Amino acid sequence: MIVLKLAVASLLNRWLTGLLTVLAIAVSVMLLVGVDKVRKGARDSFAGTIAGTDLIVGARSGPLQLLLYSVFRIGNATNNITWATYRDIAQHPDVEWSVPLSLGDSHRGYRVLGTTGDYFTRYRYRGGQPLVLSPGAVFSDLFDVVLGADVAANLGYRLGDSIVIGHGLGSVSFLEHGDKPFRVAGILAKTGTPVDRTLHVSLEAIEAIHVDWQQGAPVPGQTISAEAVRSLDLTPKEITAALVGLKSKLAIFRVQRDIAAYPDEPVSAILPGAALQELWSLVGLAETALAIVAGMVVATALIGMVTMILTTLNERRREMAILRSVGARPSTILGLMTAEAGLLTTAGVGLGAVLVYGALALLRPVIDAMYGLYLPLAPPDGTELATLAAIVVAGCAAGLVPAVIAYRRSLADGMSVRL
Amino acid sequence: MGGGETERASAPAIACDGVRFCWPRPSRFAIAVDRFEVARGERLLLLGPSGGGKSTLLSLVAGIVAPQQGRIAVVGEDIARLSGPARDRFRAEHIGIVFQMFNLLPYGSALDNVLLPLAFSPARRARAGTGAAARAEAVGLLARLGLDEAAIAAPRAASLSVGQQQRIAVARALVGGPDIIIADEPTSALDRAHQGRFLDLLFDTLGETKATLVMVSHDESLTARFSRVVALSDIARAENGSGRLSGAGAQA
Repeated sequence: MIVLKLAVASLLNRWLTGLLTVLAIAVSVMLLVGVDKVRKGARDSFAGTIAGTDLIVGARSGPLQLLLYSVFRIGNATNNITWATYRDIAQHPDVEWSVPLSLGDSHRGYRVLGTTGDYFTRYRYRGGQPLVLSPGAVFSDLFDVVLGADVAANLGYRLGDSIVIGHGLGSVSFLEHGDKPFRVAGILAKTGTPVDRTLHVSLEAIEAIHVDWQQGAPVPGQTISAEAVRSLDLTPKEITAALVGLKSKLAIFRVQRDIAAYPDEPVSAILPGAALQELWSLVGLAETALAIVAGMVVATALIGMVTMILTTLNERRREMAILRSVGARPSTILGLMTAEAGLLTTAGVGLGAVLVYGALALLRPVIDAMYGLYLPLAPPDGTELATLAAIVVAGCAAGLVPAVIAYRRSLADGMSVRL
Repeated sequence: MGGGETERASAPAIACDGVRFCWPRPSRFAIAVDRFEVARGERLLLLGPSGGGKSTLLSLVAGIVAPQQGRIAVVGEDIARLSGPARDRFRAEHIGIVFQMFNLLPYGSALDNVLLPLAFSPARRARAGTGAAARAEAVGLLARLGLDEAAIAAPRAASLSVGQQQRIAVARALVGGPDIIIADEPTSALDRAHQGRFLDLLFDTLGETKATLVMVSHDESLTARFSRVVALSDIARAENGSGRLSGAGAQA
């Protein structure tokens, strides 16, 4: 009791250095907890990029590649699948719904996705949240386009604006579908997924803008106007991939096998969750590095605290001699110094936790809106509490260094300290 | 221990026999005290030059360090045979110490400093009375030692003048009525006029108690006030690392 009282009084006496030490520890704890929160948030956001879809179907290739081009709009499909194959798969008795995806064109660096209106109801992200149009509506006209939130925000598009889609990929297109401009019919709310960076048009529109093209270039003299194209049969000939929902989760592996064994064309189906996890295990190396850096910062703060206590030891020799003279044991001196380190660390950890949760509560809507990173505001879990407790223990342990020195000195000094 | 109480009451305040002590490295300073006794209620001045082993002798008597050889009986208890923690408890209960200067904790008021010894000894706490009574005793001591209310109320006693700090140190040594007061050159930081006044106060306050005073100093002008004056060189031989003991006893 007296030890704790003396430790508090002694720290208050050196409140400025004490406060700075507490702040250093608090900032390091903020970093550690903050990195952990962002890490978990990023992992959850990543894992929640696509939800509610049981299988993704595409031309036969690796699961990661299929996931990358169909969901993350990264890279290209090795091959397309024919519309007939897609229809067969869609009519499989275990398939409840399917949404075709057609990729290949872009607009100023953003991918254009040809799909059906079902995409907007079937595509789910982060625990089953649906896409929300704000403002506008799903395409009603052949040349309607629905923009992802980032596309609209970064390119400054509003409802009713006219857009020309470029052929192929790349931020600058030399070939454009200039004769068939699109009208912005809807803009999606921010999701924090690749949907934000996608322009959505109907499958028929993809067919329509390519109807007078061959081998990736317009055929001279065969131009068909935007009006004339409406009267043509715009059923797609092939698509890139398809999202598939099943009637029962139990059927997933059966349907996956059936698709892999599809006789007319080499196609494959992947489980998005499994592929996402596989992908995260690659990306996740960075999270480990971040956690290590944050841990190092905590260690640095604790070393700073020990340095602070050590530098005061000399000027406090007299204080220790006085305490010994009134009957304090050397072990009391040891306890006093350790208690000071413990108090500083506990205050730092407490302050850091309060600050990081305060910042989280204040900033999470902003972070969600700006980066699409959803950070849940949950009370600290067991691991986090254990980490914080471990920091306090480490602080006390580090405090033993100056404590043992003070202990030894108080044994050797006796009453002979002269300052 | 049973019959020890009466024995203790009649025992001399301090009795050293055949004491040998050597500080650990790097100092290796050693001291030998063949015989040194202080009677109850005595006012003893121990005279000696700097570096003569005065502080070492006081550390031994106060039980801050234990001798390698010999017996140090303080009010009848051989503290040389006590364990470290027991010596610390014994000191807290029976001994009050006043240093040369920088006597006070750098934090805490005059009262906090004066009440400090009570935190380490239940027996002394019992003598001083519980909470309010102990505070009243401390305030009374401080007032008798001439500390005004402003100084008593000051949040940091260490910021007061040296003279005021020394008075607080004396009050801390006296609180709870210890048997022995050890003063290590308590006047050397004061000028002549203040020295006189401080010693007047010390003796006045001590006069009301039965405490024994052992004060060490190198200042021979103080001798008149004490009941007995002993030269350190007459009772102790010091050794400075060379392995040879020096002083009067060495020739004996």
